[in-house]
Amino acid sequence: MQLSVKHLLGIRDLTRQDIQLILDTATEFKEVLQRPIKKVPSLRDVTIVNLFYENSTRTRISFELAEKRLSADTINFTASGSSVSKGETLLDTVNNILSMKVDMVVMRHSASGAPHFLAKHIPAAIINAGDGINEHPTQGLLDAFSMREKLGKLEGLKVAIIGDIMHSRVAMSNIYLLKKMGAEIMVAGPPTLIPKYIKEAFDVRVEYNLKKALEWCDVANVLRIQLERQNQVLFSSLREYSLAYGINKRLLDSLNKEVVIMHPGPINRGVELDSDAADSKQAIILQQVENGVAVRMAALYLLSGGRGTMN
Amino acid sequence: MKTVLNEQQLAITIKRLGHQILENHVNLENTVLIGIQPRGIFVSDQIVREIRELVPANLVKYGKLDITFYRDDIRNSLQSPNHTDIPFSIENKNVVIIDDVLYTGRTIRAALDALMGFGRPAKVELCILIDRRFSRQLPIQADYVGKSIDSIISQKVKVFWKERDGKEEVVLL
Repeated sequence: MQLSVKHLLGIRDLTRQDIQLILDTATEFKEVLQRPIKKVPSLRDVTIVNLFYENSTRTRISFELAEKRLSADTINFTASGSSVSKGETLLDTVNNILSMKVDMVVMRHSASGAPHFLAKHIPAAIINAGDGINEHPTQGLLDAFSMREKLGKLEGLKVAIIGDIMHSRVAMSNIYLLKKMGAEIMVAGPPTLIPKYIKEAFDVRVEYNLKKALEWCDVANVLRIQLERQNQVLFSSLREYSLAYGINKRLLDSLNKEVVIMHPGPINRGVELDSDAADSKQAIILQQVENGVAVRMAALYLLSGGRGTMN
Repeated sequence: MKTVLNEQQLAITIKRLGHQILENHVNLENTVLIGIQPRGIFVSDQIVREIRELVPANLVKYGKLDITFYRDDIRNSLQSPNHTDIPFSIENKNVVIIDDVLYTGRTIRAALDALMGFGRPAKVELCILIDRRFSRQLPIQADYVGKSIDSIISQKVKVFWKERDGKEEVVLL
């Protein structure tokens, strides 16, 4: 039993068996998290550095908690306030950290491909915690885990990914993963936020009408409008976006079925999701956060073992 | 290949182990039984079945414990976890851990660690179907033993179960 990859850089590199193995292992870790003592000694002698070059709350806390639940030693690095501001390169920073005998690196970076670059140059196992607009593999895995937990399967599931597809690494990881597991995918949102060739490139449905998308799907994975990545004007105003693509309880109640609502967070309340929808029983947003710890424990566990003495 | 226990002997041994556990925990009020995943649960299932014939079935608290995350050889080989299912508290209870073969003692060491994640038991006992004496790497011994055997390191004890292997037998390979 082993993953086919040494690093977790993206869902694109994983096989169906890898994904199955991570999700199944996460199920057992979720059970560990329900115990009175929520900690196992599996990674007791492993040191992990969390290298965050970009702001993050839940991913960083989730990884740190997962590492601590596995008894690993952790170091947290944030780019602001470090020697990066003095002009140190990424490779120099990481090599310096690795000299302190670190076994694994969890990395978030605003540049797509940054963890792939590191994987070519350093011996430690790397987990991508989000790189630019490329991939966010552990988010994709925890989304799939949450869907499987809620609906019992992934195969044949109809999933609509709604919102800013163009700038979303979560959307990319979701598409790769759910396609591999046999789900049907639709991307929905304004034409300006959906890449032009996505239909041909990924064999997904494209829908510009929110209500039609919701009527089609079992699960609506609603993405955040990434205000920090909107350099061009891709829609006229947030108010207009929320009128055309915002999901509220009234809209959900008007459908003839109960759609499961997911969101990777943080939510722009009143933009892509109204509070009455985000806090409704149909939303599994907080379960996603809970499952995130179990899925990250599984990824760390599976990437750490069976390799003899590291470094 | 040498037969250690044939089908009939195995059935009698399991019956005896069930009776011995009951002898020390007559009403089972403060006692819970825990089978070790993956192989120990075949013998624990059978022992629990025996005990349930002797006392009201609802009095027997029975759980299954997986020790994968507590193993000390993760650096050498990674194991897939099995399912843990302990739907009751073990706090201040007498816990009887059940496994099929006691050999180096490392599995039981991991099981004790895993068990402590669920609370603080009053007492822990160990019930083993086959005890391979003289091969222990840790100071662990069983309270209830089905059969003790002497074996050398190159030998293997294999336990066959009807549900899994189609026959019931313990052999020394």
